[in-house]
Formats: sequence, structure tokens, C-alpha cells
Amino acid sequence: MTSVLFYLFSAILLFAAFRVISAKSAVHAAIFLILAFVTTSAIWLLLEAEFLAITLVLVYVGAVMVLFLFVVMMLDMNMEPLREGFTRYLPAGILVAATIVFEMGIVLGGRYFSSENFPAPVPHGSDYSNTKELGEQLYTTHLFSFEVAAAILLIAIVAAIGLTFRRRVESKKQDIPHQHRVDRNDRVRMLDIREESVS
Amino acid sequence: MFGLPEDLITVIWTLIKIVVIVAPLMLGVAYLTYAERKIIGYMQVRIGPNRVGPKGWLQPIADALKLMFKEIILPTGANKMLFVVAPVLSIAPALAAWAVIPFDDGLVLSNLDAGLLYILALTSVGVYGVIIAGWASNSKYAFLGALRSAAQVVSYEIAMGFALVGVLMAAGSLNLGDIVRAQEGGFLNWYWLPLFPLFIVYFLSGVAETNRAPFDVAEGESEIVAGFHVEYSGMTFAIFFLAEYANMILIAALASVLFLGGWLSPFAGVPLLGDMTAWVPGLFWLLMKMSIFLFFFLWFRATFPRYRYDQIMRLGWKAFLPVTIFWLFVEGIAIYAEIGPWFDGVLGA
Repeated sequence: MTSVLFYLFSAILLFAAFRVISAKSAVHAAIFLILAFVTTSAIWLLLEAEFLAITLVLVYVGAVMVLFLFVVMMLDMNMEPLREGFTRYLPAGILVAATIVFEMGIVLGGRYFSSENFPAPVPHGSDYSNTKELGEQLYTTHLFSFEVAAAILLIAIVAAIGLTFRRRVESKKQDIPHQHRVDRNDRVRMLDIREESVS
Repeated sequence: MFGLPEDLITVIWTLIKIVVIVAPLMLGVAYLTYAERKIIGYMQVRIGPNRVGPKGWLQPIADALKLMFKEIILPTGANKMLFVVAPVLSIAPALAAWAVIPFDDGLVLSNLDAGLLYILALTSVGVYGVIIAGWASNSKYAFLGALRSAAQVVSYEIAMGFALVGVLMAAGSLNLGDIVRAQEGGFLNWYWLPLFPLFIVYFLSGVAETNRAPFDVAEGESEIVAGFHVEYSGMTFAIFFLAEYANMILIAALASVLFLGGWLSPFAGVPLLGDMTAWVPGLFWLLMKMSIFLFFFLWFRATFPRYRYDQIMRLGWKAFLPVTIFWLFVEGIAIYAEIGPWFDGVLGA
């Protein structure tokens, strides 16, 4: 059962990954990338990595790809000029691809990735919590590296904002505290419209 | 059983359970629309639907039939494939999230250990239906609605996630059943009291997440007609509608489970009254709590004018997010100080 599911998900994953680079429209490519993430998450579930699988969907599918799709949809790309030099650059492309395949083959075919070193995961009992286990590892054994990673991410965020944020002088900005201070008397004038006063 | 292989029996049994959850849910959606029209009607000194069936009881059925027989229009220049897929992407997460909602002690389709994360992941996927619908329609109004909705949902998800972190800190578990069990004791033991700011932030973010009034700029009929689903008609529109209401009921169910003790009786521990109501099934209490939240959804819609778009963003990022982060610190201190009856024994677990 598990291996059937594994091959099914792997087939979908490979198809989706292929469509990411072969799809004509950028939006389609982004959507196939989402499909690839979701199937990867399903494969991770088969490996009993519950927490990582759900976090992959939460972070990549739920947040990163939404913003990605957002940007891609707004671009009105003309793909024709991008396709022009296809045959001219094909030999170089094949060379680079072959090198990468060769390198990955060496790494993954090596002793450290052999199946003896990675036996099939032993199914845990129902009281085993993948999330708790990961949390304990991250916050005790690997606390220092975890904190360093967090600090680096924070610096990256601040740097990204610092590099792109430009305060435009001429932009008309609403002063929200000023808007909040508005009084009822600034907006509404009560009139006495009883019959006598109208006539 | 009947000589069938074990796996097949599991699959069939799960399918039966899914039908038992989804069928009442769909009925609930139908009558929520009826309740909405009636309640808002009375709030605005009108009667609301009262023609179809006794007191208008058959109105939602008539609406459903009408939508089913309407033509589905494909706009010119629309991306056909994505145009049809979008409603499916919208309703699938709204239904799938119900798998981990505990209706009573042990009465849950999947007793998932990372239930809260699963919910968070699925609700964040729901936004694709809206974005893809807006883009595939090849219409400016639809696209504007989709962009607004996407920005809003992504922003409020963060405040919502932080509110959930508060609950999981207090309960020490991501399993929704365990979260309810951690609130056992009585009305004052539920998390709404110690986590009050998170409770408010969670529910309001839920309202924003489902694109309901006063945060419904994604539909904003006075500005962009109907937003992301302008071009949808008939059943394709009905599916977006179903998804929106299923999500409302889901938010109500989650708020009840996380902050109001799920299936627990409000009278537990009260002398006399507690014993008198001990026979009431937990499902009843859960449904009552959900109804309160659903009523709030409708009440908001009848009461508040629509938020301005920049104010929505401001509220999410500059009000809700700091409040949740501040309260997480307060909660951390409370857990360290073992303040009872909510936070004693969290450290040891």
C-alpha cells in the first residue's frame, strides 16, 4: 500500500516538476510548482515526518507561493523573445544539466546515502509525537544554531526592507491618528426639522 | 467483515463517516443563509424571506434548485481549465478541515496529533480558489477582488497563527481533542478568560479570513460589483458561496473548540445545575457555542459599515499582531508562575 502511494506521488511530483519548466504561461508554471510542493508534502507524510509535511504546506503553499502567484499574475510577460535562442544555447544547457546530474549521482550514489544507512522508518506508536520530538531537539540540543538561524533571518528581513524602502516625498499620506481624533461635531450637524421649523 | 480486505473496509468506513459529517454541514450552510436573511431582516425591521414554504423555511432549498438549473457562463478570454478548477480549490480545504474537529469526546474523523497545524495549513490553502478565480476570469473587477482578498487573508493568517500559538502553549498539545480536555472543569476554566485578547483577535481574524463584513472588501459590491466571483454563475457561483459559509461554520467550530471548551458543558462544577444537565450530549453544547459565533458573524454584517482597505491592513499588522505577541509573553510568565486553574501543570506535561 505504502509503496503504491509512493510511486503514485513520485509520478505526480515528476510530472509537476517537468511542467514547471515546460509550461508556456508563467501562471501555469507557478501552479504546477504548488502541485509539486503538495505532493512532496504527501511523500514526507509517508516517511512519518508529519510536522515537516504540514509545515511545508503551511509555509510554502500557504504563504510563499501565494505571494509568488500574486507577482506572476501581475506580470504580462511575452515569452517569445525568451524562446529565441533555444537551439543556440542548447549545447551549453545540456552540458550544465549533465554536470549537475553527474554530481548528484556521485553524492546520492555514495556510501553515506546507501540504503543500509537509511533503513525504512520504524512505525511509531500512537503516543509518539513528531512535533514534540522536533521541538525538543531544536530548543535543547540545537538551540544555538537555531538562534543563529533566527538572527540571520531577521537581518535578512531588515536588510531587504532597508534596500527597497524609499520614502517618496511627494506622496500624499493619510494621517491615521489625525483621522481617529475626528469628533462627531466635525461631521454631523443636527437640525431640528419638526413641522413648525420646516414651514 | 463480508470477506472484504481490511484496507477496503477502512476506506469504506471513512467514506461513511465523511458523509455523516458533510451532509449535515451542507444542510447547516443552507439554513445559515436562511438564518442570515431572517436575522438581518429583523435587525433592519423587515421580515425577510417568508413566501416559500411555511414561514419561508423552504427558501434555501428553492435557492439551491434555482442555482443548479442556471447556465454556467464561461467568459470570453477566460482560462477555461483554471476557471472551473477555482471553485473546487475553494471548497476542498473548507471541507477537508472538518476532519480534525472533535464533536464530542473521541467523536472525530481523524485524531491527528498535529491537528491545529493541519487546520492552519488547510485554511491557508483556501485562498488559491479566490486568486485563481480572479485571474482566470479575465476581468478587472475579479482580479482586483482577488488581489485584495489574497493580501487580506495572508495578513490575517499571521495574527491568527499567533493566537493559535497561545492556545497550544496553554494546552501543551496540537491535538484538538487534547486542547478541549485541557480546558476541563467549568465555564471559568475555558481559555477565553486567560487568553481573552487572543480569543478576540482569533475570532475577528476569522471574520477577516472568511472575507465577511465588515472585512468584505474582496467582494465589496459597491466598488467592485462582487469581486473575485463576478463572472461566475449558477453552480460554480454556488460552490464559492458554499465554501464561504462552510468556512464561517468552521471558524465558529474552531473558536468554540479552542476557547470555549468544545463539547464541555458550561454548567460543569456548578452545584445542582451541573448535575441536572449532565445527561446532555457534548455535541449539543458544541452546536450551541457555534451558533453564538455564527450569530456574531451575522450581527457584524448588519451593524458595521465596511472597513476601508488600508485600515484593514493597519488593523491586522499594527493592532492584532502586537497584541498577540504581547499576550504570548504574558502567557509565558503565567505558565512559569503556574497560575491556576489554567496554567498549573503545563510545565510538567
